[in-house]
Amino acid sequence: MTKQYETVIGLEVHVELATKTKIFCSCSTEFGGAPNTHTCPVCTGMPGSLPVLNKQVVDYALAVGLASNCQINQYCKFDRKNYFYPDNPQNYQISQLYLPICHDGWIEIETSAGKKKVGIHEIHMEEDAGKLIHDEWEDCSLVDFNRSGVPLIEIVSEPDMRNGEEVIAYLEKLRLMIQYLGASDCKLQEGSMRADVNLSIREAGSSELGTRTEMKNLNSFKAIARAIEGERKRQIELLEEGKEVLQETRRWDDNKEGSYAMRSKEDSKDYRYFPDPDLPPIMISDQWLEEVRARQPELKTEKMIRYQEQFNLSEYDADLITGTKHLADLFEAVTKLCDKPKEAANWLMVEGMRLLKEYGGENPETEKISFSPENLAKLILLVDNGTINRTVAKEVFEKIYTDDVDPESYVNEKGLTVISDEGELRTVIEKIVEANPQSVEDYRNGKEKAMGFLMGQTMRAMKGKADPGLVSSILKELLK
Amino acid sequence: MTYSEILSLSAVSLGQKIKEKEVTAVEAAEAVFQQIDRVEETVHSYVSIDREAAFTQAEEIQKKIDSGILTGPLAGVPMAVKDNICVEGQRTTCSSKILEHFVPTYTAEAVENLKRAGAVILGKTNMDEFAMGSTTETSAFGPTYNPWNTDHVPGGSSGGSCAAVAAGECFYSLGSDTGGSIRQPASYCGVTGLKPTYGTVSRYGLIAYGSSLDQIGPVGKTVEDCAAVLEILASHDKKDSTSVKREDTDFTPALKGDVKGMRVGIPADYLGEGLDDQVRKAVLQAADELRERGAVVETFDLGMVEYAIPAYYVIASAEASSNLSRFDGVKYGYRAKDYEGLHGMYKKTRSEGFGPEVKRRIMLGSFVLSSGYYDAYYLKALKTKALIKNAFDTAFKSYDVILGPAAPSTAPKLGESLIDPLKMYLGDIYTISVNLAGLPGLTVPFSVDSAGLPIGVQLIGDCFKEKNIITAGYALEQSCGFRFKEAPKNIFTEGRDIQ
Amino acid sequence: MAHLIDDKVIENVSILAQLELTEKEKEAAKEDMSRMLAYIDKLNELDTENIEPMSHIFPIHNVFREDIVVNGDDRENMLKNAPESKDGAFKVPKTVE
Repeated sequence: MTKQYETVIGLEVHVELATKTKIFCSCSTEFGGAPNTHTCPVCTGMPGSLPVLNKQVVDYALAVGLASNCQINQYCKFDRKNYFYPDNPQNYQISQLYLPICHDGWIEIETSAGKKKVGIHEIHMEEDAGKLIHDEWEDCSLVDFNRSGVPLIEIVSEPDMRNGEEVIAYLEKLRLMIQYLGASDCKLQEGSMRADVNLSIREAGSSELGTRTEMKNLNSFKAIARAIEGERKRQIELLEEGKEVLQETRRWDDNKEGSYAMRSKEDSKDYRYFPDPDLPPIMISDQWLEEVRARQPELKTEKMIRYQEQFNLSEYDADLITGTKHLADLFEAVTKLCDKPKEAANWLMVEGMRLLKEYGGENPETEKISFSPENLAKLILLVDNGTINRTVAKEVFEKIYTDDVDPESYVNEKGLTVISDEGELRTVIEKIVEANPQSVEDYRNGKEKAMGFLMGQTMRAMKGKADPGLVSSILKELLK
Repeated sequence: MTYSEILSLSAVSLGQKIKEKEVTAVEAAEAVFQQIDRVEETVHSYVSIDREAAFTQAEEIQKKIDSGILTGPLAGVPMAVKDNICVEGQRTTCSSKILEHFVPTYTAEAVENLKRAGAVILGKTNMDEFAMGSTTETSAFGPTYNPWNTDHVPGGSSGGSCAAVAAGECFYSLGSDTGGSIRQPASYCGVTGLKPTYGTVSRYGLIAYGSSLDQIGPVGKTVEDCAAVLEILASHDKKDSTSVKREDTDFTPALKGDVKGMRVGIPADYLGEGLDDQVRKAVLQAADELRERGAVVETFDLGMVEYAIPAYYVIASAEASSNLSRFDGVKYGYRAKDYEGLHGMYKKTRSEGFGPEVKRRIMLGSFVLSSGYYDAYYLKALKTKALIKNAFDTAFKSYDVILGPAAPSTAPKLGESLIDPLKMYLGDIYTISVNLAGLPGLTVPFSVDSAGLPIGVQLIGDCFKEKNIITAGYALEQSCGFRFKEAPKNIFTEGRDIQ
Repeated sequence: MAHLIDDKVIENVSILAQLELTEKEKEAAKEDMSRMLAYIDKLNELDTENIEPMSHIFPIHNVFREDIVVNGDDRENMLKNAPESKDGAFKVPKTVE
């Protein structure tokens, strides 16, 4: 390669909103379900049916827009995008072209190269399409409209990203933000977050954009990273060979680690957008906007700062705990119950993460930590008031993690309470001292290690339930 | 009462007689079916008739009337529904092959309202395919014939609904009006037809043609019938986002002959070239009648009249091209045989399923929205619409009611209109701007031309001012002496007496 | 505005509209559309420079529905209208190669 190239990437991210019902009808948005059981005349395009907008969709779109520093079109409306495809029951999709709800925002990302702002061109609301199932037996396709009409927002970035690392950082930031807002669960595998990558190549230093391709069917961050690398190489090779990059939509095949053009004679890019006559415009008053603003939850950065200030957590700990909304919520719930933030953070980060790795399977998402905060809070208090020691507590924590047991009853049932009856302990320790004359000798000769051995012997004899402080002081007294 | 006596009643007076136990709902249905048996073959008002369902309804409704549950003015009165309005379990075709076997699983809100008021639904009336046409000749199931003279068309697109009322095949009916589709056939058939203010009657369940223009309305024998039916139809429907919340939907109190001091304007632009002399004479006569009753009548320049048709055909065709794309052979209706691939199926299904006029408008609509033409055609038409609305706003500062023709002539002969589509479109000149401006309009039969065909006049009101046109229409009806009783002789002959 | 409604335009529009026209229909469509567009050009006489396009006739806005699940399952009735169905879904010709 003689020339230096620069990769220019913009993203179109579709996010399914976490509403209970569809965008234009009162059908459930629940994922799964037998084909066409979450449908009605509206979301199956029956003649004579009419759309009525779900207000929650607008509220979520506004929340995401405000969190990504967007301008809000306080007068916005819906347009019809016309194209024929069987997953699109009306053969038009209700979307926004002329006046999208949000525009001109940005979010800040951080990569190994430092911090950077990625521009948001616009965010618009639209309806999702149904699902096509390919029937190999009869060589036909089957249409399921359960997903038809599920609300989406499409977040269109500016072409501000230059490599896969930036793209992943942007997507992670976006995902975390939307999860914190409660606007979507943003699961790539289930398709509730989908990213299309627009990529072009230009010579380094050039200010003109090259011809871009749009890459679809990317359903994991890893696939996105691979697709970017693959497409970058493909386009550079074309340019090096003096060939042209065609403006086209390509489908990524992650198994083959390659892409192919999606083209058809019947595919028309002429969508004939026009304002939907069935849907009156939306007027977002200043007051409405203020209400959404006031309801905005604390996002990651603010939470991180607060955790450091309020709970004295280190920056590292605060960052980790706020890494997912689920973990942060759990942490706060536990802290509220026991008022031991450092303990709560430690349990979640050390033992919690260890067990997540052990039990979490292929996708160790923090959502899988599903015990009730009450039980961890109780455990912390049991340790704090000396009812159990740390060794026992670890064992109990695992039980909480796997079966969400109540630590109080568990400890009682299993008789795990610390033995702090000095008389009982003294009897046991005296026996151990008697049985290990060599160690006693060693200790008296200045070998501190021997003390540890005798401690261990005692704990073993006590099945771990002894109060370690008490054991140590009795031992020291006997060995004087 | 004899069947012929029953048939001679208006919907409201039949409702009254049912209430007073002089006639039962079942007898009314029997009378109307006897008439259907006699004339339907000649007139062909209906696409489908459900006799059994009608009698079941009549019996149930009679019970509810007897037990005092149903007390409304139209309970038990047999009526018909235009075939682009969905009724659950009843075939709804839009007079198109593409929907030939479509049975909706839901009922239009307008019909729900009527059912609650005790309507007995006889069947679904014929229309121009997807309401595109002015003659009811574009129906895939054959034309409807004008009951006054079966060589002539009944008008359209609600030709079946108007012919059925004129021929005594129902006591009132529902039509839909996108560019004059209630008012023009009402004029041709000598019946009364009312297009309400946009948003007054829910469009839920009305199979859309031009969504921003479509409105369901009543067709009846008298102004009183239309007012009474509209009172039932008008409702705010949460299923239709363009439905308007209105308080003033008590239309029957406006049925008074008193027009003293009412300001009536006749657009000079409506009386010029292209208007048949006999129709012009009828309009001027109507003006005289109103004047005699104390109204202040004058002519004025409305303006924008010649721009309404081009703007309408851009907007209606554009919306239609999108609204009708759902007919694709996937979810309901017709699917072609022997096609190649998905798009082959789409194309063959739609090409075989739609008639020529529908295809013509889908093509035009697709073109005006296509890349590079949107601004020049579609946006331009929406701006023109704003100017037309302005012209009416100005006019209604000076007038309570606008009086004019409903159509340039009386009913043309079958086969004359479809030869030249553009000329047919020009026939909508007096009705179309009313839809673009969302206004209410009423056609009242007024006289008969030299060939014996009825002439209606149109009254246009400001938005939400149906009462004004009802008052003026009622006055005209009282004075002109044209009553439905004098409807075509060949249709109304003596019926059998009730045993 | 001059209208060149040639074969290419008709071809393109029939793809957009998903209609398959016979040669005769294409010729008729060309003529119909040209005449209609020439007539529509009358609108160019109007000065609409500062006019806002009017899609909705009344200034209604913010018509919303609350986010509450109401609809049940009416799949069996709905599928009765389907030209072809299988396993509770609408059956269509294969959509991918």
